[in-house]
Amino acid sequence: MNDELRFEYVLRLADNALVCGQRLGEWVTKAPELEEEMALANFALDYVGQARMFFSYAADIECMGRDEDQLAFLRDQIDFRNILLVEQPNGDFGNTIARQFLFLSAYQFLLEALTRSSDTRIAEIAARAVKEVRYQLRHTRQWLVRLGDGTEESQRRMQAGIDNLWRYTGEMFVADEVDQWAAQERVGPDPASLQAAWHEYVRAAFDEAQLHMPQDEWMDSGGKRGRHSEHLGYLLAEMQYLQRAYPGAKW
Amino acid sequence: MTEQEWPLYEVFLRAKAGLSHRHVGSLHAADAEMALDHARDLYTRRGEGISIWVIASTNIIASDPADSSALFEPAEDKIYRHPTFYEVPDGVENL
Repeated sequence: MNDELRFEYVLRLADNALVCGQRLGEWVTKAPELEEEMALANFALDYVGQARMFFSYAADIECMGRDEDQLAFLRDQIDFRNILLVEQPNGDFGNTIARQFLFLSAYQFLLEALTRSSDTRIAEIAARAVKEVRYQLRHTRQWLVRLGDGTEESQRRMQAGIDNLWRYTGEMFVADEVDQWAAQERVGPDPASLQAAWHEYVRAAFDEAQLHMPQDEWMDSGGKRGRHSEHLGYLLAEMQYLQRAYPGAKW
Repeated sequence: MTEQEWPLYEVFLRAKAGLSHRHVGSLHAADAEMALDHARDLYTRRGEGISIWVIASTNIIASDPADSSALFEPAEDKIYRHPTFYEVPDGVENL
């Protein structure tokens, strides 16, 4: 039972990173500027690297002979455990910045807590990932402020992105039995304990960016249990195509 | 895609402590903060640097190639400025 919960917990971390990486990778060849495209591609690779470490660990816990590639490319939508926020489509650049900002700001607090995990593998991965994520957050926050406190058009789009995605932020701070187990075993933090710091961080950034904080109303959730929005299927179809069409294909 | 290009910045990297910053290239960015981030992402991917300088290219005052004979040629025939008249003793490696 313990191993099942641990597997589930690590899989969620892996899937969040993988889906984020895939989404950012979609910007390659169509980012607004060459330099920004490189930044987004770098970030995508950061995420894929984190996903690989988490998947490898998940595979070790599971002990069913599956490896990182099989976990990434041969699972179906209902078996993915990422939160709904990260699977939302890129939309325009402002929407992507909104999604990444809302996720990264919480992810950074989560990873900082995970560096103190009682699970040393998780703590090691988190220690490495948190440095990448600090930089990504810094870069993304700059864009949030630049667009929010920019022209009328950029402000409108930045605000629209935040408003559009706000209802997916609640899922990051609600614990289910997997999170409760993790908190009990000191594997990971109680998600609710991160919310106040996150809220304060986001509010300060919004103030600087001249953006309004949306009201907390109905929050959508379900990703952690495999109940996804219609967007994840398309993402997986593209990401998994090669391994599905040519099983075991290697570079 | 953009109608107006972002301004150009020049990038300087310090490879390690004790060395000076060296010009490595240039990039486009909307502001100085972004230029620093882009420099990090474009020019330090393989651990090339431990410190970055960026400067708007318009802030660089450059010599005019048309002036080069006046600026540089006079130095060419002043060989006494070069320390080439000394014998380097055997065994001195780092001179």
